[in-house]
Amino acid sequence: MQDDLWLLLLTGTEETLYMVALSTLLAILLGLPLGVTLVVTAPGHVLPVPTVHKFLGALINATRSFPFIILIVILLPLSRLLVGTTLGATAAVIPLAIGSAPFLARIIENCLKEVELGKVEAAIAMGAQPMEIVAKVLIPEATASLIRGLTLAIITITSFTATAGAIGAGGLGSLAIRYGYLRYRDDVMLATILTLIILVQGMQWLGNRVALAVEHRRYRFK
Amino acid sequence: MLTVRNLRKTFVTPQGSLEAIKDVSFQVEKGEIFGVIGFSGAGKSTLIRCLNRLEEPDSGQIFINGRDITLLAGQSLREARKKIGMIFQHFNLFDSRTVWKNISFPMEVARLPTREIAKRVEKLLEVVGLVDKADAYPAQLSGGQKQRVGIARALAMEPELLLIDEATSALDPLTTRSILKLLQDINRQSGVTVVLITHEMDVVRQICHRVAVMEEGRLVEMGDVQEVFNEPKSKTTQLFLQQMIFNSKENDKNSSSAGIERAFGARSGPCEGAVLIGEVNRYAG
Ligand SMILES: Nc1ncnc2c1ncn2[C@@H]1O[C@H](COP(=O)(O)OP(=O)(O)O)[C@@H](O)[C@H]1O
Ligand SMILES: [Mg+2]
Repeated sequence: MQDDLWLLLLTGTEETLYMVALSTLLAILLGLPLGVTLVVTAPGHVLPVPTVHKFLGALINATRSFPFIILIVILLPLSRLLVGTTLGATAAVIPLAIGSAPFLARIIENCLKEVELGKVEAAIAMGAQPMEIVAKVLIPEATASLIRGLTLAIITITSFTATAGAIGAGGLGSLAIRYGYLRYRDDVMLATILTLIILVQGMQWLGNRVALAVEHRRYRFK
Repeated sequence: MLTVRNLRKTFVTPQGSLEAIKDVSFQVEKGEIFGVIGFSGAGKSTLIRCLNRLEEPDSGQIFINGRDITLLAGQSLREARKKIGMIFQHFNLFDSRTVWKNISFPMEVARLPTREIAKRVEKLLEVVGLVDKADAYPAQLSGGQKQRVGIARALAMEPELLLIDEATSALDPLTTRSILKLLQDINRQSGVTVVLITHEMDVVRQICHRVAVMEEGRLVEMGDVQEVFNEPKSKTTQLFLQQMIFNSKENDKNSSSAGIERAFGARSGPCEGAVLIGEVNRYAG
């Protein structure tokens, strides 16, 4: 154990949280419209456009079938274009967001599909427009499961940041590689892993709490 | 007020096509409570869902106050729907919204001014007797209370026509009675025209003015409730009547002190009820 450990860990955690927060935000901005469009354009839904539905589905599948590390490499030029560099946390946010948006879109799709169609029909029968049905019925009725799905996505993004760390993104992943692995610093390796475990546990705990708080169920199995 | 002419609807599924509505025509006068009764699978839900185009009819016309609903699309269809209230068997309330917010939903959609919405919600809460539940969520309500919210929500836009799909089928007999009473009071006070579908004779007897009997996608009998039940012509009506007589006999049995004994005794041989139920089952599929 050496005295630079705490500083390294602090900077690493900070960078990881920064990457996770920013890429989650961007992933929501991309994934939410994608997920919603996927749902409402499905045959028989409120805005059926089967070609759009099929195209988006194929696009999402294609993006999701890339191994994440390959996606990062492919998207490096885009990072350079948007951020000016391919190194560091900010540069990693671009592939992180693009890589996780399709995953998030699928999660959102699943959550919105879970909303009972009877509720959608009730809204249609009251003369609601498709976008009103999305904003006032589908999303509010799915809030708890959306939060659970988002928690899942955030944790996946956290593990993505560790992968991105391996090729120069910074954060806890890069710490583990650069110090723990390349410089044989077992203390850094161990501390990094422990920190990641605590982070992920914390995220899951928080996600569960928030989901439970917004839900109005009759029986609350804790 | 409502005129349905030569309505047809066929469902095409990978398993084959199914003619759910076969050339149905009827008329409902303003302020009337019109019942459609039939066994499960007769096509009742499909029929009532065609009336606000939740289901797309294949052919035929549906006139509401002289306007053909089947010709509408887009915004004009949405506007027409705002004047047609619908009540569902499984309530279809919004679980993320309070009772108050459930009732205000159709008015939000219609962009009524906030004050007008508040005024109407308060009044509707009184009408359905849920003033103290305004801030409760559907999960905190009983089935009867949920349906009262469903009724208030359906009345919010002061509809000309109220469509009721088995509103009481998920409720116990006592709650059913109170919900029917509420619907009857609303009909008397507001003069709203009601189309109600049910598989329960009691519902028809309690609140309908006229009734149509539906059998395999057709209306096989229609008329005043008394008339139809006094001189049943179709097989369906006869079965419904027999079932009702059987039910009331069962009630008598259960209320008498020898009820249990007799109920056990009935096991020894095929009783009248079992035969009837068998017949009903065969018939209803
Ligand atoms: N969306 C659908 N697709 C295929 N068949 C349907 C659909 N909806 C209803 N049906 C069929 O139409 C018939 C009438 O159904 P329904 O109107 O629900 O009857 P009821 O309300 O009288 O019980 C049934 O045989 C049912 O299986
Ligand atoms: Mg039905």
